[in-house]
Amino acid sequence: MTDAVLRTSGITKSFGALFASRDISIDLRPGEIHAVIGPNGAGKSTLIGQICGTLRPDSGSVHLLGEDVTHQPTRARARAGLGRTFQISALAMEDTVLQNVLLGALGASGRPWRFFSGVLKDGDLRATAEEALERVGLKDQARMRTAELSHGQRRQLEVAVALTLKPRALVMDEPMAGMGAEGSKLLTGFLDQLRHEAPILLVEHDMDAVFSLADRISVLVYGEVIATGTVDEIRANAAVKEAYLGDEA
Amino acid sequence: MIRERYINALTLALFVAIPLWAVLADEPFTITLMTRAAVFAIAAVGLNIALGLGGLVSLGHAVFFGLGGYAMGILAHHAQTYTALTEWPFLIEGTKSMPVIWLVAVVVSSLAALVIGILSLRTAGVYFIMITLAFGQMFFFFAISWAQYGGEDGLSIYVRNGFPGLNTLDPIQFYGLCLVLLCLVLAFAWRLAASPFGLALNAARQVPVRVETVGLDPVRLKLIAFVFSGAITGLAGALFADLNRFVSPTMFSWQLSGEIMIFVILGGVGRLFGPVVGALVFVALEHWLGGLSEFWHIYLGLLLLVIVLFGRGGLIGMVCGRETVHD
Repeated sequence: MTDAVLRTSGITKSFGALFASRDISIDLRPGEIHAVIGPNGAGKSTLIGQICGTLRPDSGSVHLLGEDVTHQPTRARARAGLGRTFQISALAMEDTVLQNVLLGALGASGRPWRFFSGVLKDGDLRATAEEALERVGLKDQARMRTAELSHGQRRQLEVAVALTLKPRALVMDEPMAGMGAEGSKLLTGFLDQLRHEAPILLVEHDMDAVFSLADRISVLVYGEVIATGTVDEIRANAAVKEAYLGDEA
Repeated sequence: MIRERYINALTLALFVAIPLWAVLADEPFTITLMTRAAVFAIAAVGLNIALGLGGLVSLGHAVFFGLGGYAMGILAHHAQTYTALTEWPFLIEGTKSMPVIWLVAVVVSSLAALVIGILSLRTAGVYFIMITLAFGQMFFFFAISWAQYGGEDGLSIYVRNGFPGLNTLDPIQFYGLCLVLLCLVLAFAWRLAASPFGLALNAARQVPVRVETVGLDPVRLKLIAFVFSGAITGLAGALFADLNRFVSPTMFSWQLSGEIMIFVILGGVGRLFGPVVGALVFVALEHWLGGLSEFWHIYLGLLLLVIVLFGRGGLIGMVCGRETVHD
């Protein structure tokens, strides 16, 4: 419990009479992939919002690397080492692929207040950016306009931007969404390696990916975690079967 | 499609060739028109930093233009009447020196942009437009009621302010000064767009949430851009006042804010030379169409309509297509 990289303690968030998060306590340990699954409307996005700082919980707290970040804005959490990828790509579409990763490197450097030096000529930023592109396999697309990338490539780019931050923990919101079988497989292999660099809180609909990757799974239904456990425990859990997996399992 | 850099070079060539021709042909009025275009271009390059890079639709840039104008007007007024601006807490006297006036204009409009920016950037979209417009109106009515400096009638300055080593009353020399400043401001805008700050600002316009996710503050980036923008437009205001040797509250009017925005949209939002092309075309139309009819704005409106509907990158966009990717 104490060595968790990321931890939520009893966070609750309601919108009017609807509880989007009800007393959620989950943690992310070093070297693991912790998957959060749940049917649509279970409150997965609300949970991510509270972890990343776009939403504030009504009660409960969020700890990152042992530090209480409940009242810190998104950018402070990012600087503390929380990397994030979005369900719907949040990339600067007019810019090149390289510029998007450079932005990540620039954020990590914490020195955006330079007005006269050329950002493309900055060796350090460029090295960080190009390394990240190479790792996700987008090196050849560096000079392409981001809007010209395929859906799957945009997902790869999202991961590359997160990597430039040298994150201590990653939150990934449906990285496989909309990817073809081939791309899904490639990314699964990549995340499998990545967990040793930074543990991943993975919100995902692709059950094949979840079951092959996750060390632990938490099941979210109506804003509540109804079960947390290993893949086998979750597969065997009667409540989970009834609430979520249905006849699939 | 013609490369954008050729259009930029051509524009700059026009800004050199037309006044030179005017000197040879003894057409001082053409030089005055070109000076007007150059000064408007500076103001619009300023707005383009906020609007084009930062995505801040400011309908209050006349505030900075007017502050620059009044900085010149007030300093020169005290100099020509041999009175002090203030004697307490220490003596401040007027001046007829352009570099000093420019410095004051830039500092005052930066400070105004900082305050207005801090308050306005709490909002976005249409509310941002409205709040910047509201600030413009506040300054406009303040200037009208400021009787000490001419109120509604404004201030006349009898002799153009001086610049060391130049005879600023000679139209071509004053024009040269304005052109050099325009080039400096363009160089600044160009470097800024390619800088780390420019990259972050550009992203903050498109996806603020992404900028936040990499640990940067999009609002602060936009605020700094707004200050740069206001400072440059303020400098243009001081030059405009010196061109006319006259300052009045119309420099603060919302119509003027609108005109500065028209320069940018006409030429091409976010393009380095967009504001320059826009200002040149505007002054040309104002001159030629204004000679045909008092209601020449009808034609301007028509042109603007065509450009907004069919050429989303302004005049430069219509000629060059969409922006090329730079490396």
